[in-house]
Amino acid sequence: MSTQITNEDLELSVLELDADSPKAAHRASEERVSVSKPRGEAASRLSSLDALESEAIHIIREVVAEFEKPALLFSGGKDSVVMLHLATKAFWPGKVPFPVLHVDTGHNFPEVIDFRDRTVERLGLKLVVGSVQEFIDRGELAERADGTRNPLQTVPLLDAIQQNKFDAVFGGGRRDEDKARAKERILSLRDEFGQWDPRNQRPELWNLYNGRHTVGQHVRAFPISNWTELDIWRYIERENIELPGLYYAHDREVFARDGMWRAVGEVSQPLPHEEVIVKTVRYRTVGDMSCTGAVESDAATVSDVVIEVAASTITERGATRADDRISEAAMEDRKKDGYF
Amino acid sequence: MSTNAILHGTAAELETALPTTLFRFATAGSVDDGKSTLVGRLLHDSKAILADTLDAVARTSADRGFGGAGATGTQAIDLALLTDGLRAEREQGITIDVAYRYFATDQRSFILADCPGHVQYTKNTVTGASTADAVVVLIDARKGVLEQTRRHLSVLQLLRVAHVVVAVNKIDLVDFSESVFREIQADVQQVARELGIGSAELGTADHIDDLLVIPVSALDGDNVVDRSERTPWYDGPALLEVLETLPAADEIDTQLESFRFPVQLVIRPQGALAPDAVAGGLDVEAFRDYRAYAGQITEGSVKVGDSVSVLTPGQAARTTTVTGIDFAGESLQEAFAPQSVAIRLAEEFDVARGDTIAAAGTFPESTADLYAALCWLSPKPLREGAKVLVKHGTRTVQALVRSVSGKLDLATFKLEGASSLELNDIGHAQLRLAAPLPLENYLHHRRTGAFLVIDPLDGNTLAAGLVKDHPGDHEDERYSI
Repeated sequence: MSTQITNEDLELSVLELDADSPKAAHRASEERVSVSKPRGEAASRLSSLDALESEAIHIIREVVAEFEKPALLFSGGKDSVVMLHLATKAFWPGKVPFPVLHVDTGHNFPEVIDFRDRTVERLGLKLVVGSVQEFIDRGELAERADGTRNPLQTVPLLDAIQQNKFDAVFGGGRRDEDKARAKERILSLRDEFGQWDPRNQRPELWNLYNGRHTVGQHVRAFPISNWTELDIWRYIERENIELPGLYYAHDREVFARDGMWRAVGEVSQPLPHEEVIVKTVRYRTVGDMSCTGAVESDAATVSDVVIEVAASTITERGATRADDRISEAAMEDRKKDGYF
Repeated sequence: MSTNAILHGTAAELETALPTTLFRFATAGSVDDGKSTLVGRLLHDSKAILADTLDAVARTSADRGFGGAGATGTQAIDLALLTDGLRAEREQGITIDVAYRYFATDQRSFILADCPGHVQYTKNTVTGASTADAVVVLIDARKGVLEQTRRHLSVLQLLRVAHVVVAVNKIDLVDFSESVFREIQADVQQVARELGIGSAELGTADHIDDLLVIPVSALDGDNVVDRSERTPWYDGPALLEVLETLPAADEIDTQLESFRFPVQLVIRPQGALAPDAVAGGLDVEAFRDYRAYAGQITEGSVKVGDSVSVLTPGQAARTTTVTGIDFAGESLQEAFAPQSVAIRLAEEFDVARGDTIAAAGTFPESTADLYAALCWLSPKPLREGAKVLVKHGTRTVQALVRSVSGKLDLATFKLEGASSLELNDIGHAQLRLAAPLPLENYLHHRRTGAFLVIDPLDGNTLAAGLVKDHPGDHEDERYSI
């Protein structure tokens, strides 16, 4: 048991020359701390939204500072829109210093694609698109029997990450969305195959994020991990953030399937026994049109939605995502394979 | 106190409920003390569990033959299923990893780090406690204070968690006996005294009257969200009331606190301004030479006009004045922890990521000699002579492990001889850094006193490090981690 300083290590010994007397420095610090000033009364309480915003901006800046080539997954969905908004605040008055990546299932709501393009234009961003349709056309992906393309996004996503040499990918994933996501780290390592190993994750301590990775690995960063659906909506309301219109109540031709209201569209056709009716609906999540359902709602404004979400008794994924109903561990299985 | 007016009220109630503050807490417990059930109960009774999740849990509970209706008369569900997220956890009926849960009352939004007790308990407790404002430690009323309880309390004291709350669970199984509870309470307070928990001499602890001990039944809900009529001898608050009212770590002022701001990056658009900001009327000319230092305030506060020191390790501190505090187009007069802002300085210093801006004259010189307590979190043991990386604030440097000077016996809180550290060990070590760092004692500065030890080969996090004073410098060896 030794606390002696030895000079055995030649490689480091040269550095000892410029080491000041540490003892003196530490003593000095103890004396000086008395000059610190008390904090103002009003200053000591940050609202929960401000605290979450501050945490997210810290994480976004850390990733930009420590990684060579980050990108932001952008679907036009509310979580990715909030992510992009946070990024604009993190680097103001500069431009957001990374491109956005959209994995396009080909089963899009047209208004979401329009929203995506307008947003990219407004912020002067580069848009990278990974296309599920192209993979299907080339025979590298096969259409599923149930027609949903959500699980098919993983291959084009990993391909785009590899092709563009992205070493960090921001996602809008939140821990309150799903039980598997509840165990996700804020910086989450992915191996050469894009896989998540939930049983072997790095401990995440204080606000020190360890993003070290080796060649071929990349990191997924989830700055809004700690936000709930209600936090997202309250923030959208407070910051006056524009969203695709389908998040708000509108009249739409729908039919009932799997206990959800599905929109009638090119890729979402009713079967002969499924009756098409016009309902006032809105979407709580925006994904592949073939598996995303609408909820009956007359919440036409953001404050209506905040109230509706606060009073909701069903989780957003349970209400609107057919792919998460497949099994108890549907999300965990997709994430292990490299999904968002 | 209207803990049941959770976020499911009328629009009017919702409007008056805003804004809430954020409170982070963790739970720590031993095997089978009902921690998952307690967490499930908090989520369930605070109505954070939505109907479809509850239905799924009820179905699985029934499938597995979970029986015995709770005293509340609700359907018998295995509340633990609410928190076990991974397939392997549900299959094996154990909790593997720290899981994060969210719920809110009209007072606060809560982030709960649910730390499993039996597998790698130190690793999980350290992880959960590192960001927690409070930790709830569970004790089984039938078993009382166990060695595991002592270990948990030791780790929490080591990490200087602002508040520790002990929940004596399964009080229903000892017939709501006051004498059983009082005995456990006395034992807990004895351990706490030995460890120095709740004693005013320790940093933030002067804001805690004492360690709180609460009798609860997680299964039936007694004293979890609402005060129970079945413990008439207990006149203290229910657990959720406590969590709603304790000050968060950032709300506690300490005398030792002063402004600390590790620079994350420099914002210097050089004409490449955000198009949306320009479209919104930003004066392009005025921002041509804009330069600000972005970061998150780790402690204390700063005002425009304050005198600050810029600390670049290896250089003498440079003193200047804060000329502006910017946040996304807003000019602030004052900012405080944990705000993320961008700070402008009077002088055109060369300031970069890894530098720290601090209240002038309050920061120690950087040093390349690091004395620390290490919580070893990796299956790969620490050996003397190992080369590692140290991540501190916004800087990562190479380091050599000079010596391991002992290992803490968590049951006795005494240092015993050791020359290596294994998974879940907590020990003292001396490291030599390849470049000096602005280190501060963790006891007084929870952020600038904390660091990670990282494996340079695979990048994995090996240890949580707490900066200690250099040997011989501190007055009180007993609680000096």
